[in-house]
Amino acid sequence: MTAAGVVAAVLLLAVAAYTCAGGTDYGAGFWDLTAGGAERGKRPRWLIDHAMAPVWEVNNVWLIFVLVIMWTGFPEFFQTVFSSMWLPLALAVIGIVLRGAGFALRKPTRRIAGRRVYGAVFAIASLLTPFFLGAAAGGIASGRVGPGTEPTAHAWFNPTSVFFGLLAVVGTALLGAVFLAADAVRYEAPDLHAYFRRRALATLAAFAVLGAVTLVVAHADAPHLWHGLTHGAGLALLVLAVLATLVTAWLLLRTSGAWSRPAAVVLMASAVIAWGVAQRPYLIPGRLTVAEAAGAPSTLHWLLIVTVVAAVLVFPAVAFLYRLDTRGTLEPLTDADLRRGGDPEPGA
Amino acid sequence: MHTTLHLLAEAPPQMLPARSLMAFTLASHIILVPMGVALPLITLIMHGYGLRRGDATALLLARRWSAVMAVQFAIGVVTGTVLSFEFGLLWPGLMGRWGDVFGIGFGVEAWAFFLEAVLIAIYLYGWRRLPARTHFLLGLPLPATALLGAFGILAANSWMNTPRGFSLDSEGNPVDVDVWKAIFTPMFGPQYWHFVVAMLLTAGYVVAGVYAVGWLRGRRDRYHRLGFTVPFTVAAVFTPVQFMLGDAIARAVFQKQPVKFAAMEIVWNTDTHVPEYLFGRLHPDGTVTGGIKIPQLDSILAGFRPDTEVHGLTSVPAENRPTVAQATLIHWTFDIMVGIGSVLVLLVVWYAFVWWRRRRLPASPWFYRSAACAGVASVIAVECGWITTEVGRQPWIVYENMRVAEAVTGARAGSLWTMFAVVVVVYVLIFGSFLAVLLKMRTRWRLDDERSREADTMTTPETDTPYGPRSAVAAPTEDGRP
Repeated sequence: MTAAGVVAAVLLLAVAAYTCAGGTDYGAGFWDLTAGGAERGKRPRWLIDHAMAPVWEVNNVWLIFVLVIMWTGFPEFFQTVFSSMWLPLALAVIGIVLRGAGFALRKPTRRIAGRRVYGAVFAIASLLTPFFLGAAAGGIASGRVGPGTEPTAHAWFNPTSVFFGLLAVVGTALLGAVFLAADAVRYEAPDLHAYFRRRALATLAAFAVLGAVTLVVAHADAPHLWHGLTHGAGLALLVLAVLATLVTAWLLLRTSGAWSRPAAVVLMASAVIAWGVAQRPYLIPGRLTVAEAAGAPSTLHWLLIVTVVAAVLVFPAVAFLYRLDTRGTLEPLTDADLRRGGDPEPGA
Repeated sequence: MHTTLHLLAEAPPQMLPARSLMAFTLASHIILVPMGVALPLITLIMHGYGLRRGDATALLLARRWSAVMAVQFAIGVVTGTVLSFEFGLLWPGLMGRWGDVFGIGFGVEAWAFFLEAVLIAIYLYGWRRLPARTHFLLGLPLPATALLGAFGILAANSWMNTPRGFSLDSEGNPVDVDVWKAIFTPMFGPQYWHFVVAMLLTAGYVVAGVYAVGWLRGRRDRYHRLGFTVPFTVAAVFTPVQFMLGDAIARAVFQKQPVKFAAMEIVWNTDTHVPEYLFGRLHPDGTVTGGIKIPQLDSILAGFRPDTEVHGLTSVPAENRPTVAQATLIHWTFDIMVGIGSVLVLLVVWYAFVWWRRRRLPASPWFYRSAACAGVASVIAVECGWITTEVGRQPWIVYENMRVAEAVTGARAGSLWTMFAVVVVVYVLIFGSFLAVLLKMRTRWRLDDERSREADTMTTPETDTPYGPRSAVAAPTEDGRP
């Protein structure tokens, strides 16, 4: 494999990581939105706040990494995507700001009206951001843009884009529900475990149906993608995604739900990687290949060196964080704060 | 260069909104940077001191600062993400042509940022259950990751100022990229150290300023004394260093970006025995009105001799240099930055003198008034320094290789203005809420402290040591441990 090919693979893995890590966060926002009024939604929201907080920043940094690999490794690809899909990406970034601010600022806010405003901002932005990011991905997958394409609605408002956007929203909701159900066990809240398990099953079903429909849509609308997904490695990954769906469903139906999180992650990651693999050798099907878009060879080599060095440093750190988090070693400092109304140290 | 002249004549309508948006988001983000880069170090110094001396007050301060660190980091992640998107949304031309030449710095930065996020999460949430020593040691790499992150960003920015590490093919596209040269450009060293020390100073003065205000309001306990002394001392140590570094970077600009230097010092014609103007205004005919003129000084500062030749703005065609208005602007921001730096040096001399003679903090309220202002002043200096380096580069986005106008997006100007308006509203809300949260935290902590003082015991968790078993109020957690 060429250096550019390896960098493209790293990019794809980073996208998959962001989909899983960031996606779980967006999903939590989705369930925050649908949790109901202040009184009814109090307990789910309490869980969402507490479960997400320690890993929240880390999950978001994946996106920055995706962008950096894009512009360093494939500058022309980056330019094409950001020029042609200006509007959805601009809306996505505004959503990211609103969401981050809403989440970070809701907890230290005590008054119910203020919490409601921040909560609504957080939740609605959690819904719109994955949709627009998904729509942009759909525009890429269907090969609608190429170098020199001017900003146009056609690039991101088309059948593939819309279904990619919906898949992103439902996929994040699925991840959010699965993770929150498991977190509920950790926080010893059996009622919330049942609550999120039901929702996880429902979104899993929706995701499966939507995925099948998207595939049908792709047959006509994104033929290169369809071909890649029905042959070779793309097909294998698609099969893996289907198997992971069944396994996740089975694990969710068993009441303990112990391994449902890794199963859901495998499901999402294999779906994303299947999309990327199906596009080979293109970054944008029919318009821009990996080789054409690749940056300077020396830069690609250095990018790989930086990635390897960093992976050696970062993966143990991230694994350690998740381990501490899931073991319950990480928690807000003062009990008094918790008893004063469910909000820990500000910003915590 | 004929085509570029043509380009300048009809600056695309996207230029103004794109530049305004970028300037606004960067100016906002840079306020958070000192806290992100230097607050971890200051907090860890306090933390280490507390652990070593078994000092509950120091540990309490460190823990509270870590909470501030977390809020600012959360907001900083968001505003930083906006900037990454804006590279593509506003300057696709820059990224498309040069992304692979200067992007690697960002690669380092992204990973450093990643580590920082992990470590901050562990540090912030580890106070309670991790063993004290482990917790401190896990926090210890934080300043290093912050420095590494700054390395990446500054490598990219200094490359834009003095681009190196490539050659151009017949179509003007960069080839033969040498990543090493592209990172370690001539301006990199001066910019990096000047920036890092600026961040240390600013964070130190801002934090110390909070306790200086408390001191002025009559809260003169150990908590406030310690909260003032540690960050102020950190800042004080670095202030003279910064003065030297500032001088070095000005001379590096003189050598490597003579036109920017000419704009900073409003020098019109290339000459020797050039006078220095403090403030003043440059006119299109090259005259300067207002300000204080000091004969010969500019040449002396640039090359240590009055007969040093200083390039003037007119040494390059008008379309290749900052406009008169831009030159006046950065001349002012440069002078303000230098002025603030000089006043801070005086403040440090005062502090050092009293410490040297009497081994105590200065007692004068004027010292604390000045110290309270030092935080705000250093933030202003940071903004001014940033304006100087970015506006001084105009009209180039990649110095002498690509104009800002060539890099700007093709999206409609109307869309850009709309996005600008939305971003301004959102940022005003975010930064307003950020401030409100900080003030609220401060109030709550103060009330907690007052309560515990009245009771004359260490009963509230806020005044407990952050480690080990808690006193009576601590309820057992779900796994039964205290």
